[in-house]
Amino acid sequence: MRQVWWKILTVVLLLNTFIAGFLITVPNVGNLEHTIRNSFFHIPMWITQFVMVSVSLIYSIRYLRKPDIKNDIYAYEYAKSGIVFGSLGLATGMIWANYTWGASWSNDPKQLGVAIALLIYLAYFVLRNSMPDLDKRARVSAVYNIFAYFIYIPMIVVLPRMVESLHPGGKGVEGNPGFNGDDLNVAMKWVIRPAYIGWVLLGVWITTLRLRVQLLAEKKSNSHFAS
Amino acid sequence: MKKIILSFIYLFFSIIVLAQDSTVALTNRQATGLRAEGKIYVVLAVSVTILTGLFIYLIRLDRKISRLEKGS
Repeated sequence: MRQVWWKILTVVLLLNTFIAGFLITVPNVGNLEHTIRNSFFHIPMWITQFVMVSVSLIYSIRYLRKPDIKNDIYAYEYAKSGIVFGSLGLATGMIWANYTWGASWSNDPKQLGVAIALLIYLAYFVLRNSMPDLDKRARVSAVYNIFAYFIYIPMIVVLPRMVESLHPGGKGVEGNPGFNGDDLNVAMKWVIRPAYIGWVLLGVWITTLRLRVQLLAEKKSNSHFAS
Repeated sequence: MKKIILSFIYLFFSIIVLAQDSTVALTNRQATGLRAEGKIYVVLAVSVTILTGLFIYLIRLDRKISRLEKGS
């Protein structure tokens, strides 16, 4: 394993998240009771998705500046991981909502925005896989990926804050959904911030594994052409 | 090999933390140990076990890919 220290950091941070996340005393907010501990697992999914698709955006821009097929593979794999974490965030959110908002789907602006954003990203995968020509595929999907990102951000970050929402951080509610100052006590903040880093690092770890396999396959198909 | 040993050390850390908390839970009169507080610590043990298992799987996968990279 190359560069092992950040993988150890991932393990430590996530074990800390699980253990401390279950053991610390939490404030009683509304009807949340113990489910406020979901903050250590549900919110980091979205943070991780946000980081993954942002990295994907960077690689798509890099591809357009310098058409190296590696940039395309990086953009694709990071977007894919982003969607995996986004789907997990949606699923965990629905479980949580079922027991606190009364229904797993209540057309909350954030739920709707996320559903649309996920579909836009799924279209990216369909589009990318529909083209056999490698260079064309990379260029078109890079352009689409940039477009998808700038639809995704308003959908998930901007719009839900401009309307009334069941989520914290909606219209008329103070604070940020991730760092809601009033609802989280000091102990929770000390768990949730390392949790963000741990989950993001886990996302990067999984993505780099997939990337390394993809690059190996790429190398192999190239050596086929050469021989 | 060093990494596998390290990951087991982290597993033991979690057990130490568990042991400390069962003493805190003794304040509950009837349920003791992992059975205290509505048996929530059982959930903790299960999720930490799953997490550790996933980490071991991920580390092994990582090493396998490293070997492939060296071979090619």
